[in-house]
Amino acid sequence: MRIRKLLSLGLASTMLASIALTGCGDETSSKEEEKGSVYYLNFKPEADEAWQAIAKDYTKETGIEVKVVTAANNTYEQILSNEIEATDAPTLFQINGPVGYANWSDYCYDLKDTDLYSWLLDKSLAIEGEDGGVYGIPYVVEGYGIIYNDAIMSKYFALDDAKAKSMDEVNNFDTLKAVVEDMQARKADLGIDGVFGSTSLKKGEDWRWQTHLANLPVYYEYKEKNVSILKELDFSFGDNYKNIFDLYINNSCTEPTLLGSKTVNDSMSEFALGQVAMIQNGNWGWGGISEVEGNVVKEEDVKFLPIYTGAAGEENQGLCTGTENFFCINKEADQKDIDATIDFVEWVFSSAKGKDAVTNTLGFISPFNTFSDAESPQDPLAKEVLRYMADSTKTSVSWNFTTFPSQKFKDDFGAVLLGYAAGTSTWDDVKTLVVDEWASEWAANDAN
Amino acid sequence: MQKTTKKYFPIFVLPTLIAFFIAFVIPFFWGVYLSFCKFKTIKKAEFVGFDNYIAAFKNDNFVNSFKFTVIFAIVAVIVINVAAFTLAVLLTQKVKGTNLFRTVFFMPNLIGGIVLGYIWNSIFNSILKSYSTTIANDAKYGFWGLIILMSWQLIGYMMIIYIAGLQNVPTDLKEAAQIDGASRWQQLRKITIPMVMPSITICLFLSVSNCFKLFDQNLSLTGGAPQRKTAMLALDIFDTFYGNNTSKGIGQAKAVLFFLLVGIIALTQLFFTRRKEVEQ
Repeated sequence: MRIRKLLSLGLASTMLASIALTGCGDETSSKEEEKGSVYYLNFKPEADEAWQAIAKDYTKETGIEVKVVTAANNTYEQILSNEIEATDAPTLFQINGPVGYANWSDYCYDLKDTDLYSWLLDKSLAIEGEDGGVYGIPYVVEGYGIIYNDAIMSKYFALDDAKAKSMDEVNNFDTLKAVVEDMQARKADLGIDGVFGSTSLKKGEDWRWQTHLANLPVYYEYKEKNVSILKELDFSFGDNYKNIFDLYINNSCTEPTLLGSKTVNDSMSEFALGQVAMIQNGNWGWGGISEVEGNVVKEEDVKFLPIYTGAAGEENQGLCTGTENFFCINKEADQKDIDATIDFVEWVFSSAKGKDAVTNTLGFISPFNTFSDAESPQDPLAKEVLRYMADSTKTSVSWNFTTFPSQKFKDDFGAVLLGYAAGTSTWDDVKTLVVDEWASEWAANDAN
Repeated sequence: MQKTTKKYFPIFVLPTLIAFFIAFVIPFFWGVYLSFCKFKTIKKAEFVGFDNYIAAFKNDNFVNSFKFTVIFAIVAVIVINVAAFTLAVLLTQKVKGTNLFRTVFFMPNLIGGIVLGYIWNSIFNSILKSYSTTIANDAKYGFWGLIILMSWQLIGYMMIIYIAGLQNVPTDLKEAAQIDGASRWQQLRKITIPMVMPSITICLFLSVSNCFKLFDQNLSLTGGAPQRKTAMLALDIFDTFYGNNTSKGIGQAKAVLFFLLVGIIALTQLFFTRRKEVEQ
């Protein structure tokens, strides 16, 4: 009896002791980390490996620990809202623009006095708070449009009575439509399965349409009304959206009714394998083309075309260039971690090693003056973006989807587009949903 | 001995109790509190009373997903239990290879829901491709897809429970009935089913609560497509919570309602089937 008693006491005390001891262990180890550490919650899955390598290099050079975790595009907000409350919260995260700032302003540190801000070429791109502080700094400029395979296009232009003779003639929607429809009709001659890659409408794979393509009608409406944000949208350029969307789904390698099963990767590989001539995507998609096994598209044949929708004056329209990637530093983190994070970011965008990784591994076009002209990414899509940006006859379309009210709006928009493609919803359903939900989601945002 | 156990009871129970408090009781009550709050991150919550609950009921998605869930649960529970019981009866006959069959039927249960959902998504889509459609185009396909997926996954598990029950039916009772001239159907209805009632209670409870709480499979098989028509309650709560940073409180209120609903349904079902159980 006595032995058992002793045993049980002993057991209980060991348990208590082990709890207490592990507690102590943490404290001592954190005291050693006087230098602070960095935790970056990355937004771009395609850049994950590159960021991990940068983090490792930085740790090797300075001894400061850098942790990089990646959350994909459409789950970023939810992972951020969970992570930010943890004791070990991200010190570096990103927001997608004004809407993101409204959600996360409580956590954004003022970056006005950082070197990073002073390096920014166009200060108007940064996100400013009402108090004049700088809370988000863009770290990459991106562009998207219609990516086309020049080899297939040249083959088409060489055909008898082609609707155009070169890509220069394709500078508005009507020409694009004529060319595309003619190509689709003669797809056997061109050796393709369709002109456009699959309009991926599977849930979570529809961001190219409910965000990027939807930017165009919103851009034209803002421009017409001369505003930078609207809480109630008329969707007056909705028919222009329909023009291009119809063209995409009806001249594709995939039947419209099957689009609900297609992913972004599907369409990227269709393009890489030469099965289609065009896809809509941005310069970040280069990896998605070049890394496909059996890829037949030559680097010099990969070009960009602006997305024409039939809006007036679109002959001068350029690519959609802008950013939805703004660095923010977590105000709630320890000061030493904040300092460490600023040092890390500045190292990435100013040291030779950091800049090399940014331009060559990440393939970013950086908006900072620490980069010389020679230090720009060499992949064909980034080069095209730079070419369009340098062309003074073209007006870039700004990224207004950063003013889209919420993820729910985008998801529901994507879902009704799927219904439209499958033939279960009408175009009026799409228009109604966009107008109604834009207003109701903005009302919900403003109520908070 | 008994005395000593009593004396040290608190010490032994303490670690578990602490864990239970930290991992269950505190989050639970915190969650209930949050359902009355407006919040973006849970540390910065502001009390708003019943606003979230009112918003939850005004929301069509919630009501629709409730209806969808109820219909799904009824159909799935019937299909799963009838099939599992039939298989169990078949596999307790003296047939060769029963062990192999039992293992095979049980195996789907070992695969995680998300993975199963993606696998079945490809299977359904490749079948539907010959009809030029996908599972995301019509709520009907999504509904039956979910039924097939859930049956495939749960039948094996329920079957094992039924087999255990069937093996406990005393053979003397069956023999007595046989001698009295009862047909096989009568034996099943009057002897076997009353005797396996405890298994039926467990299986119904498990399948009802699993069907109501279904999330992973729903997320990966249909994701609610088309237009949230196949979103079940758990998925709707998830979408509300994360769809807009300002609707987290509403999502939380829906989650509390969901908890009450599942609790009431499961307990009612337990109460009624328990009453049917017989003592051996």
